[in-house]
Amino acid sequence: MTKETLIVSLKGENATDPVRALTEPRWVRWSLIGVGVLFVALFLVMPLVEVFGSALDKGLEYYLNAVTDPMALSAIKLTLISAFFSVVLNTVFGVASAWAITKFNFWGKNLLITLIDIPFSVSPVIAGLIYVLLFGLQGLWGKWFIDHNMHIIFAVPGIVLATIFVTFPFVSRELIPLMQEQGSDEEEAALVLGATGWQIFWKITLPNIQWGLLYGVILCNARAMGEFGAVSVVSGHIRGLTNTLPLHVEILYNEYNFTAAFAVASLLTFLAVVTLIAKALVGARYEKEKEVLPSSLESEPTL
Amino acid sequence: MRFKSTGVLPGFGLSMGFTLTYLSLIVLLPLAALILKTTTLTWPQFVDEVTSPRVMASYRLTFGASLIAAVINSIFGAVVAWILVRYDFYGKRVVDALVDLPFALPTAVAGITLTAIYAPNGSIGKLFKPLGISIAYTPLGVTLALIFIGLPFVVRTLQPVLESLDPEIEKAALSLGASRWYTVTRVVLPSLIPAWITGFSLSFARAVGEYGSVVFISGNMPMKTEITPLLIITKLEQYDYAGATAIGVVMLFISFTLLLAINWVQDKAGQHRVIH
Repeated sequence: MTKETLIVSLKGENATDPVRALTEPRWVRWSLIGVGVLFVALFLVMPLVEVFGSALDKGLEYYLNAVTDPMALSAIKLTLISAFFSVVLNTVFGVASAWAITKFNFWGKNLLITLIDIPFSVSPVIAGLIYVLLFGLQGLWGKWFIDHNMHIIFAVPGIVLATIFVTFPFVSRELIPLMQEQGSDEEEAALVLGATGWQIFWKITLPNIQWGLLYGVILCNARAMGEFGAVSVVSGHIRGLTNTLPLHVEILYNEYNFTAAFAVASLLTFLAVVTLIAKALVGARYEKEKEVLPSSLESEPTL
Repeated sequence: MRFKSTGVLPGFGLSMGFTLTYLSLIVLLPLAALILKTTTLTWPQFVDEVTSPRVMASYRLTFGASLIAAVINSIFGAVVAWILVRYDFYGKRVVDALVDLPFALPTAVAGITLTAIYAPNGSIGKLFKPLGISIAYTPLGVTLALIFIGLPFVVRTLQPVLESLDPEIEKAALSLGASRWYTVTRVVLPSLIPAWITGFSLSFARAVGEYGSVVFISGNMPMKTEITPLLIITKLEQYDYAGATAIGVVMLFISFTLLLAINWVQDKAGQHRVIH
């Protein structure tokens, strides 16, 4: 800064009013809010409105028919199945990996954390491709599985596997930093007092991490139900058998059955909105959990 | 060097055993199969596969559009993060929650919705039609979809850093005579740079691999609006497993490079904060 500008800024009204000088002039604030809100409205609100608008294009009856069509119902069922397996398995994995990583020191810890993150940085198409290369007809183990009458690719197990892959790190990623922050003091105290490993986990650790865990589960579930790319590669698009909700949307859309496509899409959009609300509600409690002071001490009544 | 060095709590064997088994079965083994499959190609074959004109055209679109989208997200994402942290306005909590919509909304839904909006008869597309500009089924449409999908990354990496900035630093700058503009551009923004780079890279990495939200709006014309992930699927549908694998390996390599770069920037930023 040159001498001149320094003098100018000292003389300027900002320098005389410390409160105002710590924020921007009113016109700047309103312009930035305007630009930010407009950007969000254009890119985020408009698609939301469009989905529900297009879904109800041909009236309520058409909408209800589209979402209760047998093919839609079977897609809903498959979506629920694959989300169930992904959430349960990845939650168990999330807890186990966070326990191993945060309660012990071992060689290669950072490498392990990076490896857990891999599915986030891999294109969903590649997530599907790797299972085709393993279990597909030309795949590494494909022939063995097919000879033993186990169909994985173009069948439900492949869809479940691909969904598990893309949602793999969600729970783990929330729990590792959370449990790192909380430390092991409470668990070690319980150990000294004679608690067993499982007692420590159920009575000490789990209550301490419950909101972070739920937060991870919400994210995992949303992604599992909405996954498209990975599932598309392994599904084979067999109607009524290997179609999840997002794939059903694609099929209807490609058949130029736009209103029905948006009707089914509106179910997924509704799920996304519920996810956002749940995330906001759980997120507030999760933030509290992240504070180092254990919640049990905070809520103790003062005598 | 022992594998397990410290820790008095029980359950190391069980939790580590499950973690490594599950990680190997779901992630590492399948990825190894991908690499292994590439070895069925000779090196010249591999190079031919990944540099054929159609594949090269898809790289240009995928990386070009991803780059532009990440730049736009870095600018507008920063504005959104700034107003969410620094200002109060009506509907702020709704805007804050909405930022995560691209994470929560299934990509296929985003894809058909953006196409409907930007198609020549769509609510925004028809505004541009008289000007002779088509958005859907062009690289412009691809870029818009990638902006949508990458927006949360920049906002969500900048937000916590902005929140944790010490207001005393800005007061100090003020008391030393810096103008507000000078304080923001020379004091506040530079401390955001590591998070900014991280947000940009995450947004870019996501865009490069994105499939669902792009495949509807792109129109998928070979050499023109065909993205690289789609090309993998096209080759798979033609039972060209080796070709699909070769392109997959290239994309995987790029993803890993980006992942390592992001980790590196975050490590650097962490050290930076400790020193000061």
